[in-house]
Amino acid sequence: MSILTAILGRLAKAALTLLAIAVLNFFLLHAAPGDPAVVLAGEAGAADEQMIEQLRERFGLDQPFYVQLGKYVGGIVQLDLGYSFRQDAPVSQLILDRLPATLLLTLTAFGISLVCGIALGVASAARVGKASDSALTTLALLFYATPLYWLALMAVLVFSVWLGWLPGFGYETVGAGYTGITRALDILQHLILPALTLGLFFMAVYMRMTRASMLEVSQLDFVKTAKAKGLSGPAIRRRHILRNAILPVVTLAGLQAGQLVGGAVLTETVFAWPGIGRLMFESLAARDYNTILGVFLVSAAMVILFNIVTDIVYRIVDPRIGATA
Amino acid sequence: MQHLLKATTFLVAAALAAPAFAQDDGGRLDIVVQPEPPGLMLGLVQNGPTQLVAGDIFESLLRYDTDLVPGPSLAKSWEISDDGLVYTFHLQEGVKWHDGEPFSADDVVFSADVFLRETHARLRASLAYVDKIEAPDANTVVFTLKEPFGPFINAFETGTMPIVPKHIYEGTDFANNPANATPIGTGPFKFDKWEKGSYIHLVKNEDYYIDGLPHLDEVFYRVIPDAAARAVAFETGEVDVLPGGSVENWDIPRLAAMDNVCTTGKGWEFFAPHAWMWLNNREGPTADKRFRQAVMYAMDREFMKDVVWNGYGKVATSPVSSRTNFYSDDTTMYNHDPEKAKALLAEMGYDGTEVRLLPLPYGETWQRWAEAVRQNLSEVGINVQIDSTDVAGWNEKTANWDYDMAFTYLYQYGDPALGVSRNYTADRIKKGSPWNNVEGYDNPELDAKWAAAATMVKPEDRAKIYAEIQKEIVDDVPVAWMQELEFPTIYRCNVQDLVTTGIGINDGPRNAWIKK
Repeated sequence: MSILTAILGRLAKAALTLLAIAVLNFFLLHAAPGDPAVVLAGEAGAADEQMIEQLRERFGLDQPFYVQLGKYVGGIVQLDLGYSFRQDAPVSQLILDRLPATLLLTLTAFGISLVCGIALGVASAARVGKASDSALTTLALLFYATPLYWLALMAVLVFSVWLGWLPGFGYETVGAGYTGITRALDILQHLILPALTLGLFFMAVYMRMTRASMLEVSQLDFVKTAKAKGLSGPAIRRRHILRNAILPVVTLAGLQAGQLVGGAVLTETVFAWPGIGRLMFESLAARDYNTILGVFLVSAAMVILFNIVTDIVYRIVDPRIGATA
Repeated sequence: MQHLLKATTFLVAAALAAPAFAQDDGGRLDIVVQPEPPGLMLGLVQNGPTQLVAGDIFESLLRYDTDLVPGPSLAKSWEISDDGLVYTFHLQEGVKWHDGEPFSADDVVFSADVFLRETHARLRASLAYVDKIEAPDANTVVFTLKEPFGPFINAFETGTMPIVPKHIYEGTDFANNPANATPIGTGPFKFDKWEKGSYIHLVKNEDYYIDGLPHLDEVFYRVIPDAAARAVAFETGEVDVLPGGSVENWDIPRLAAMDNVCTTGKGWEFFAPHAWMWLNNREGPTADKRFRQAVMYAMDREFMKDVVWNGYGKVATSPVSSRTNFYSDDTTMYNHDPEKAKALLAEMGYDGTEVRLLPLPYGETWQRWAEAVRQNLSEVGINVQIDSTDVAGWNEKTANWDYDMAFTYLYQYGDPALGVSRNYTADRIKKGSPWNNVEGYDNPELDAKWAAAATMVKPEDRAKIYAEIQKEIVDDVPVAWMQELEFPTIYRCNVQDLVTTGIGINDGPRNAWIKK
């Protein structure tokens, strides 16, 4: 079977999976107590029946449940994510507005964690049992075990409040009117703390996994053969051990990549980063059904997409894996 | 006595605030807004964050000082007829909408009679007393009432009756008008930009009809979702103003102790947020008046104020806040008296039935408050289970009466007929909304008094009836009054004249200026 037919088959299954996810999410959300009309009316601090009825009618909540579901699924099939009545904008626009900030944050964190994680894991495995190895693994354990929320707050406290080196929150300096390079540098400055905070956890995961996997593979027979051939230590590690040891890391990276678009609720909240994670969280609190469903659906699509991508990457990294595997 | 005190304080403050320097123009103010408002069209959305931001864009006919005395805004003067039925407003001249169109009395008539009647639940209740609204000429508006309605003079606040542009909204579907995204008002600041999730930017209205105002060039409302991050934003100088309630209470003393930082509890008089626990009057132990009284005696509300609220606020003694008109202190005082509580419980034969307590899901302070209540009540043998949920779940449970005790707080809008009676009269017992008589208190005799007091012309007559109501209702304990909440505003001391009205920061930037 060629790669292409394999991918097409996977995509067809993916479409069905997505539709099932959409319907399931719809049921789940509507099962939660409260509805957007009451929340919106409640925030006004006063409401009469007329107001709640008006809102329900506008939101389409006065319709029978199956009609609401039918309308929603009908829209999804036509790639229409619906309208957010709370924010008075199409859901697709809300998500697209937040996408750049989210991708910038999650991709940077992803890059940092993957590159540093693998590099440190390889370094640590090469020095197994030595003091530097112990130091690295202890550090990784610390990052792995520390709650993200606390780490973020501490980073702000140290680097922003005490040292004053980096801005503690936000996407860029508000109202400074920077353009071009200055603006890019400004955003970069704002990016450092949240991206590092978010990246550290996964960095620790990748590092521990790479290290363990490297150590395991280095015991295998073909490594002895390579040594017997007289290859140098670094060459064996790079071409023989790492290539084989990286597969579990790719699996994990694929899982993490699937969540890139979903954003990072905690990091985005602490650092006031205007990303999708916050959009989802705030919409959930407001029971802004269409927006939450939209974010869920886009995230689900990304998870499926990256699963497929991961499978392709497997085959590049390890040609022994066939298309049907 | 209290008014005399207030007046003296005011004079002293005025004397202190009048040294011989001019007000500096220019500069920008960064204010925290939390949570991000769902929209800025004040005629459609009236939640707290929307009022905070849109209060600079839109205006009403009057403004109210911190003693709730009305003053001019879009109306430069006004008269009320002796029978309390005819309110005549003379409007400012030369007022323009932000898009350059002239403002006139027609806009006021359209706003009150057409737009807000359809969209504004709270104003609709007051408009029920109005017979007709007319504009005899371009600068005069006359409201004629069907019967006198004492609190009507309080209806002309920005969040209550925002004046919206007729030329943009007439004949359109208000809720879906594209102009809602770029609101047009008459206020001192114009809408410029809303970067969702980050900030809202307002710029000075150069054509504002009062010479010399506003002083500021621009105002940024910053969206920072985490309470600790908001405190940090103030510490690092990113923001200049933390409106009341935007940081957790335990952060306030630390921030207030910083250099060049001032705090004020003023600017909430119009709202006078009043916190209580609804006690379900229909079923369970809370249906027994003795149980409800026992709850009052069991609680050490002074302690809760000092510990949970860091000393901010005042223990509530009546359904009417001491900051609202017609407050009376001639009522039973429920001091912390566990023995009395135990005696009441023994008398009613309380059998230890579990009661569910629903905290308000507005952050850590409220959670701790609920825990303090549980501890106090368990000391007298009441078995309390805390039943936590999120905002939507809280709305659903309280609106459907699925609780035994539930925290809440409501604004009073300066008058018992606007913000107090709605929680106690039988005609406001309606499932489906948590902003009415949720506890199910039914007292026909008092209902008649609430109704009578609302439509009396003379304030002294109203005061007498309201005092009678307060005396009686406090003995019934339909709800457990907790505290008159105080949300201190924290700001840099060089920001001057920030809080001058009873709605505080909501229309504060109009007069604010930054001392150089």
